[in-house]
Amino acid sequence: MGAMTAPAFEDLLRELAPQVLGALVRRYGQFEGCEDAVQEAVLAATVQWPAEGLPDNPRGWLVTVASRRFIDQLRSDHARRERESATAAEVLPEDVPDTDDTLVLLFLCCHPTLTAASRTALTLRAVGGLTTAEIARAFLVPEATMAARISRAKQRIRAAGRSFSLPEGAEREERLRVVLHVLYLIFNEGYTASSGRELHRADLAHEAIRLARTVHAHLPEDGEVTGLLALMLLTHARRAARTTAAGDLVPLDEQDRTAWDRALIDEGTELVSAALAGPTLGPYQLQAAIAATHADAATAKETNWPQVHALYLILERIAPNPVVTLNRAVALAETEGPQAGLALLATLDSDERMAAHHRLLSVRAHLLEQTGDLPGAYEHYRRAAKSTASLAEQRYLEARAGRLAAPDG
Amino acid sequence: MQFLISLHINPAVMDALTDDEKAAIGGGHGAFIEALKESGELLTTQALVDPSQAAVVSVRNGQPAVTDGPFLESKEFLGGFYLIDCENKERAIELAARIPDAAIEGLGVEVRQVMFSAGQLEP
Repeated sequence: MGAMTAPAFEDLLRELAPQVLGALVRRYGQFEGCEDAVQEAVLAATVQWPAEGLPDNPRGWLVTVASRRFIDQLRSDHARRERESATAAEVLPEDVPDTDDTLVLLFLCCHPTLTAASRTALTLRAVGGLTTAEIARAFLVPEATMAARISRAKQRIRAAGRSFSLPEGAEREERLRVVLHVLYLIFNEGYTASSGRELHRADLAHEAIRLARTVHAHLPEDGEVTGLLALMLLTHARRAARTTAAGDLVPLDEQDRTAWDRALIDEGTELVSAALAGPTLGPYQLQAAIAATHADAATAKETNWPQVHALYLILERIAPNPVVTLNRAVALAETEGPQAGLALLATLDSDERMAAHHRLLSVRAHLLEQTGDLPGAYEHYRRAAKSTASLAEQRYLEARAGRLAAPDG
Repeated sequence: MQFLISLHINPAVMDALTDDEKAAIGGGHGAFIEALKESGELLTTQALVDPSQAAVVSVRNGQPAVTDGPFLESKEFLGGFYLIDCENKERAIELAARIPDAAIEGLGVEVRQVMFSAGQLEP
C-alpha cells in the first residue's frame, strides 16, 4: 500500500492501461471485448485505489480485474446464446510483464478503415487509458455520443479482421504516418483550447505529448517521430504566452517570450537537431525546425527570417500544401517586404482549398496594413473575422480592424 | 466539428402532404436519428411546437412586453434542429441530404458550423 495523490494514480493508470490491454488481447485474442473489460477495470481502480490504497502489484491487479470482467461478459454472452462457455476462459492469465504492446495497440487504433475522429477517440481510450467520459469532455460532446463512436470504431476493426501484431514493411511505415497524424490531431485539439469552458482540453496536449514520448521511446531512430515530439514540445512551450488572462489570443510576434517554457524549448531544440542530423527529412522535422528558429529569437525582431523562409521552401517542396505557401508568404514578407509576400499570396487565389480561408484573408490584411493600404487591410480583417469558426480569433481580427481608421467613417 | 442542421418548415406545405407522405417523413427522421446515434455523430435533436405558440418578448424602458406569435413575418419557420459532431463540412452536408425534408419543395434544410472560442493563429 502506498500513499499517492489522485493525479499520481491517474498517471499510473494511464501508463498501465495499454500494457494490461495488450496482455488481455494476447491471452484472449479479441480486441473489442478486452478493451471494454480494461476500461471497466480502470474505472474500478479510480474508485478503489484512492480509497483503499495502491495494490502491491497495480498491473497484476488490473490484469486480474479486467480478466474477470472479460470472462463474466463472455459467460453472459454464452448463456444468452445457450452455448457452453469456453474452458480456456476459466483460467486467469499469467501476467506477462516483458511484452509492451503499446505500439501494436496504437497501430490497431489508427486502422485505415476508421475516420480521424474515431482514431483519436479510440487511441485516447485504448492506449491513453482515458475514460469515455474524459474523452467526451475533452471533445465537447455528450458521453453517449463518444461511447457510440468508440463502439462503432471497434466493430469496424473487428470486421476488418486484423491480427494482433505490427503490420510489416511498407504498410507499417504508412501506418506509422497515420499514428503520428492522430497524435498531431490530439495535440492540436488541446493546443487550440484557450480559455473558459475549454480549459480542461489542455489535457489533450499533455496526453498527446505523453503518447508521442512513448512512440519515441520505442522508435528513437525515426526522424519524423522525433520531429513530431519536438514540434509538440516547442509549441507547448509557448502556451502561457499565447493567450491573455481574458482568453484573447496573442500572436507570435506580440508574445511575452520570457513566459515561454525554456526547459521544453531546450528539450525540443535538442530533439530536432538530432532528427535533422539523421538520414531522412520529413514535414514534422521541418515544422519543428521552424518552431525552434522562432524559439531561438529573444524578440520577434531578432527572428532569423531567412532561415524560416528557407525551411518553409523545403517543406513546400516535400509536402506541397497551400497553408505552407501561406506561411512562407509571411516569412517572405519579413525578408523581402510586404509586396513580395502579397505577390506570393496572389498565387493562392485560384486554389479552391484556400479561396475563402480566413487565414488567407487575415495574412493578406496584415501585409496590406504593412504596405500602408489601410482601407484594404480593414476590409480583409473584417472578411477574415466573418470567415473564422473561432470566437477567440474573431475577437482578435475585429480588434485589428478596429485599430485602423474605418474607411468612409 | 459541430454543426447545426436547422429544419425550416412551411406549415402550408406540410398541410398539403398526404398522410402517407407525412408518415414517410416521420419514419425517415426516425431512421436518420438511429443511424446518427449509432455512428456517434448525434449530439442532440429537438422539434419545436407550432410557431403560433411562440411568444416574442421585448423589454422597453425596463418594462417587458409580450406578444403572441412568431418574431419573423414569414411563410417558413424554424421547426426543429439536429446538433451533430462530425468529421468536416462535407460530411455534415452528406448527412443533411439524408433528411427527408431536403427532398421536399418548400422545406429548407440548412447547415451551419458551430463557432468555438478556440482556433489557430500561428503556423
